[in-house]
Amino acid sequence: MTGVFTLSLPLPPVDESEVLRYAACFEPDENTIALLKSCTAEAQGVLQGRVCWCIAEVGTLVNGCTLGALELPSLDLRSNLSGCKEAVVFGATLGVGMDRLINKYGYISPAKALMLQALGSERIEALCDSFCKYIGQELGAHLRSRYSPGYGDLPLESQRDIFALLDCPKNIGLCLTEGLVMTPSKSVTAVCGIASTCLGSYDNPHKCGLCPKTDCLFRRTV
Amino acid sequence: MTFREFLNSNIVIFDGAMGTLLQKNGLVPGEHPERMNLTHPQVVQSIHRDYFDAGSNVVCTNTFGANSLKFGSDELEQIVCAAVGNARAAAEQSRGSQQKFVALDIGPSGKLLKPLGDLDFEDAVEVFAQTVRLGVRFGADLILIETMSDSYETKAALLAAKENSDLPVIVSCAYGADGKLLTGADACAMAALLEGMGADAIGANCSLGPLQLTPVIEKLLERCSVPVIFKPNAGLPREKDGVTTFDITPREFARSVADAVRKGVRIAGGCCGTSPEYIKLLSDAVSSLSPLPVTKKGLTVVSSYSHAVTLGDEPVLIGERINPTGKKRFKQALLNGDMDYILGEGVKQQEKGVHVLDVNVGLPGIDEVKMLRDTVCALQSICDLPLQIDTANTRAMEQALRRVSGKPLINSVNGKAESMHSIFPIAKKYGGVIIALTLDENGIPATAEGRVEIAKKILKTAESYGIDKKDIVFDTLVMAVSADNRAARATLDAMRTIRFELGCHTSLGVSNVSFGLPARDALNSTFFAMALAGGLSCAIMNPFSPDMMRTYHSYRALAGLDASCARYIEESAGFSAAVSVSASAPAPTQIADDGGSELKTAIIKGLSSRAESCAAQLLKTRAPMDIVEQDIIPALNTVGDGFENKKLYLPQLLMSAEAAKAAFEQVRLRMSGTRQQGKKIPFVLATVKGDIHDIGKNIVKLLLQNYGFDVVDLGKDVPAETICDAVKAHNAPFAGLCALMTTTVPAMEETITLLKKEAPFCRTVVGGAVLTEDYALRIGADKYAKDAMEAVKYARSIKI
Repeated sequence: MTGVFTLSLPLPPVDESEVLRYAACFEPDENTIALLKSCTAEAQGVLQGRVCWCIAEVGTLVNGCTLGALELPSLDLRSNLSGCKEAVVFGATLGVGMDRLINKYGYISPAKALMLQALGSERIEALCDSFCKYIGQELGAHLRSRYSPGYGDLPLESQRDIFALLDCPKNIGLCLTEGLVMTPSKSVTAVCGIASTCLGSYDNPHKCGLCPKTDCLFRRTV
Repeated sequence: MTFREFLNSNIVIFDGAMGTLLQKNGLVPGEHPERMNLTHPQVVQSIHRDYFDAGSNVVCTNTFGANSLKFGSDELEQIVCAAVGNARAAAEQSRGSQQKFVALDIGPSGKLLKPLGDLDFEDAVEVFAQTVRLGVRFGADLILIETMSDSYETKAALLAAKENSDLPVIVSCAYGADGKLLTGADACAMAALLEGMGADAIGANCSLGPLQLTPVIEKLLERCSVPVIFKPNAGLPREKDGVTTFDITPREFARSVADAVRKGVRIAGGCCGTSPEYIKLLSDAVSSLSPLPVTKKGLTVVSSYSHAVTLGDEPVLIGERINPTGKKRFKQALLNGDMDYILGEGVKQQEKGVHVLDVNVGLPGIDEVKMLRDTVCALQSICDLPLQIDTANTRAMEQALRRVSGKPLINSVNGKAESMHSIFPIAKKYGGVIIALTLDENGIPATAEGRVEIAKKILKTAESYGIDKKDIVFDTLVMAVSADNRAARATLDAMRTIRFELGCHTSLGVSNVSFGLPARDALNSTFFAMALAGGLSCAIMNPFSPDMMRTYHSYRALAGLDASCARYIEESAGFSAAVSVSASAPAPTQIADDGGSELKTAIIKGLSSRAESCAAQLLKTRAPMDIVEQDIIPALNTVGDGFENKKLYLPQLLMSAEAAKAAFEQVRLRMSGTRQQGKKIPFVLATVKGDIHDIGKNIVKLLLQNYGFDVVDLGKDVPAETICDAVKAHNAPFAGLCALMTTTVPAMEETITLLKKEAPFCRTVVGGAVLTEDYALRIGADKYAKDAMEAVKYARSIKI
């Protein structure tokens, strides 16, 4: 396994339709658009994009797989990583500034807090996409779709092991609560198999197709 | 020789990395390096010894993450004992003849503090305190708190060190390329906070190489009156042939760090990627250098979690509006525990441009100690301004000083012996700039000379507590000019003498001058101008007064503080606008006949300021409750129906709810102080223990408030017992519980069970992403609400 690296990445432009989708607003009126624009402008100054990662060898267990010294009891992840010798393990966060803004407007304007929540969700996904694109290019490889604790049968508790592996608190200021909530809240940890061929990769527009929850409000059909 | 004595007259060399060397010796990523003190003492000792051999005066124990969050108390004790022992053994084994010390190393807890994370400030203090007590017991010579990335957590660690030892404490933080900690503090803010609390040395380590951290170090050297420590990384890590290397060579590293020593750094070492070779070259490079003296900077600085505000030529505005004196609506908010209103006052003042917020929540009938502490915590979670803690209650002052994230203004001390002896000790302990009123046991002297004499007495007493005059700001007391027509002159004369002869900064509560006279803004702003011209450093004032803000911006332009008068020009547009707004509310003819429907339209469209002005206009002619029943509630119902029929979406629902709230605020202003308000039904609301998601809860709260419920918002991560106590205390017929995580649903079930047992009269309404109706009923909830409107509908359907 490699050492742990950290990186600050610039964030790509905001995808407004994606933010509105997260805000569960499917037919925005002009007030809603104005709200979105003001939130985007206000968040611009506080958003950070920090990532820490390492590359670990993938091994198999009877009930799951290994990443370096880490044992993960998940058959779903094992099948996600099948054919991959190595995987990128990473943690990414937008930093506490976004949480502070959401917290502030939680007190004084819940509409803004809602829109900032949605914006934060869009931004952290965009950060992860940027990172995966970057690391894929660096390695000259295809990355499998991101797989995080809580997906499929990968228990949320495995978050603790991933945090210990990456030392997320020290490297990017990303912490874990007793209840396994990540703080700052707009953060992601994930495993991406490093593959030689493209298969359900991070930029696959049909990634919702992999999910069994077909009645989801947010499911994308495109 | 003690470490402090050695530091006084020498350049101190620290060690370099420990973790990277342990990994070379078999430590696997993800394992706790601190255990190697017990499992591989020889390895740890040899690393320490190599550093001593390379010339280190201080090695840091292998205890970076040794805290009670990661280890049980027995193991923690064994680790710290072994770690100090390993460092001591290395000192004895080393052939180096230099002075050698052992520093107890303390790193971050690995948790974010509340409200951003789940670690309570006092729990953080206790976590650090346990390690400190062990370090003291096993004989460390000093404490190094390092690689801190959050100012609040750093305060907790330093407080723990100070409360549990007399050892020298060095505090070093990890700054990013933007010159800030991960949670936002810059070097000036950290210098103010840490020096205020009595750190022996302050500095930067980790994160970057020496060159990238140089701007931070230069800033610290400019601001600190204590020695500066510098322990950068060996640059950035790179992966080469499966091996991690760092991109700065030992020679480059030694040269850059020695350059920093030439600029004044007094303690130097290395962090990630450095090795005994780096330290050897560094030690050689500085061996011929003489230590630069550490000079007093004499800066009067307050700070928040993010930045510092320095008193000087630039006048500092302290917003006075968080204070119940003479404000019925504010008193009502305090009595109801209505934190949203109080925080709103803070945010509005910040938007007007104040630099510091005064916080005064003293009111008969409330628990001021708790209220002040809670208000300080809430304010600093939503606003990045430094605070001025304003209370006459010493216990409330101490609790607030403990919790404030930064170096605050302390309002106030005066020349009475009792006041000085109660305030100075806590000011010394927690740090702060103290507002000192020039009065004493004999009252307020009528003359300027009398007030200056009291100032001198206060300075002398402060000095005996080790408080420097830079941390005292004098308020020469503004008296009503209507009672004594020489009052303003005495105040200003005393202020000038103190500013220019005693060399201390000054503050005034400007608005008192006009007490008892008409058109107070005119007097206030003119007096403010006179005081500014006479050298006033900061003013406690009302930023909503256009006259005061005009004076402030005009003064800055005239005093040469506003380059090209840019700010004046920018603000001047608002000067005339402010006049027209105060002179004429929306023209009555516009809404005379159709006012009801215009208010309705404003709410339906989600236009808060329009709804507010419509409501204010309507209140001139109609009864408050009539407007609520005829306009506001029908508008809300229309929006609620639209939401249910999927014609409107959540953001629109919320904007309308906020507009309704703005209209309600006008109604409440009209009704405050009267007894017309009907009894409201209490509704206790909380996100359950372990969960920190609260947006859904806040949405429910807003809608419930709009429909007239008295919402008792307990916040997030709330234990079952707290919820149960609140339900009982308010005799609340409803408790709304929110949970977003599958892992926290058990806490919800536990809360419901406790409520059923202790408060069977209360109905539980639950919601949150992971819940379903089936599941909600299975855990005993009375009602599952799929969204906020459903919760409101349910509560309204029950006859109480």
